[in-house]
Amino acid sequence: MWTQTKLAFHKLGSPLTFFRFAQALIPWLWGLTLVGLAVGLYQALYLVPPDYQQGDSYRILYIHVPAAWQAMATYIVMTILAVITLVWRIRTAEIMAMTAAPIGAAFTLICLVTGAIWGRPMWGTYWAWDARLTSMLVLLFIYLGIMGLYAAFDDRRQGARVASILILVGVVNIPIIHFSVEWWTTLHQGSTINLFGPSTMDPSMLPPLIWMTVAVKLMFGALLLQRARNELLEQDQRKKWTLQALRMSGHDS
Amino acid sequence: MTRSTAQPLIALLLRDLKRARRHGGQSLLPLVFLFSVVAMIPLGIGPGPNLLQAIAPGMIWVAALLSGLLALDGLFKSDFDDGTLEQWWVGEQPVVRLVMVKLCSHWLITALPVIALTPIAAQMLYLPNEALGLLLLTLLLGTPILSLVGGLASALTLGTRQGGALLGLLIFPLIVPVLIFSTGAVSAYLDGLPVRPYLLLLVALLVLAMSLVPLATAAALRLNIE
Repeated sequence: MWTQTKLAFHKLGSPLTFFRFAQALIPWLWGLTLVGLAVGLYQALYLVPPDYQQGDSYRILYIHVPAAWQAMATYIVMTILAVITLVWRIRTAEIMAMTAAPIGAAFTLICLVTGAIWGRPMWGTYWAWDARLTSMLVLLFIYLGIMGLYAAFDDRRQGARVASILILVGVVNIPIIHFSVEWWTTLHQGSTINLFGPSTMDPSMLPPLIWMTVAVKLMFGALLLQRARNELLEQDQRKKWTLQALRMSGHDS
Repeated sequence: MTRSTAQPLIALLLRDLKRARRHGGQSLLPLVFLFSVVAMIPLGIGPGPNLLQAIAPGMIWVAALLSGLLALDGLFKSDFDDGTLEQWWVGEQPVVRLVMVKLCSHWLITALPVIALTPIAAQMLYLPNEALGLLLLTLLLGTPILSLVGGLASALTLGTRQGGALLGLLIFPLIVPVLIFSTGAVSAYLDGLPVRPYLLLLVALLVLAMSLVPLATAAALRLNIE
């Protein structure tokens, strides 16, 4: 059993196997994402009661918080892929690490923008130089740096390896973001969700958050596989397996 | 380290310093930059001593950071172009050690002159004299981190054609904590608050950067000469 799982995992290093794997998984991931988003948004916007202080404006958290979590989770995924890239030099891992960066940047941007929209009526300002906000902005710049560095190389593989080093260096920011609300008591409120104990959020407000978080995770999986597949096809457009793969999925050239 | 292993390192350091002296401008450019920033701030925001005094530590730090960027572009470039860099992997010296020497010379050439003339810049922005010592201490602790992070960025962008434009983007996110704690220390001092935590955090950052960044820099150089 274990050897077979390991073998299947190793096979993903081959572009053709990866293409088939992505092709098979992407529709399922998108389908489940849409279901999750539909249920989550319906609950978040219609079923959940308004907050006793913030009224309806708190509902933006159902986008803000999953986006923030995914912004950090994406970086952790990229860190793992960067280690695989540098140690084993598996090409599909390189491509996945690099194609994950714009997705992470997008989630970071969504987090910052929804936070600003919520902050205007609640804090009275769009932006504050608070520890959490600043470290999130730094994360955005790290993502942009990784994307810029990768794009600056003519040789894609070399660019991916060099950018992987930057990914590993930038990971120091992740614990800073996570603990920023505990280390510095500035504006951003502390965490209300606790995995290892009672959360301070009202239980009635929790289900949509779980739905949205799971949906965003699935969306990330779909986006990552889709972008990695496209990048692989683009880089290998003159190779034999590409033609083979495209013919198999019904695109006659 | 025995005498014979230290010798090539000292030779490398002396070579870099000699080269910087012959080319002249390398140490002068950061200074010119520092003083043009310091001279333009009062002209830009008005010469009121209270305002200038409040922003002085931050402004000097930002000017020092940006002036440190100026010389980074060429840190490994000429050695990379003429093939000297490849010899690092042929020779007996561990590359991390050579990287450290290189960064040491970068710090001596660009940061030390800036620190030496900071008292004058501080006077121009009306920084209280009793805070000057602390500002210098934060610069002494913080600018080596800038050299380390800058060296890493310089190594990462070595194989690219327009690497210089990327340097700022790569360095900014990594140097933010240094800026925050350094200027935080001086501001805390001026407000009569304890500065010890800030300084300890700076020392911690320096130790962390010194022990880990050269490894990443050596790996980045390696990937770029492949």
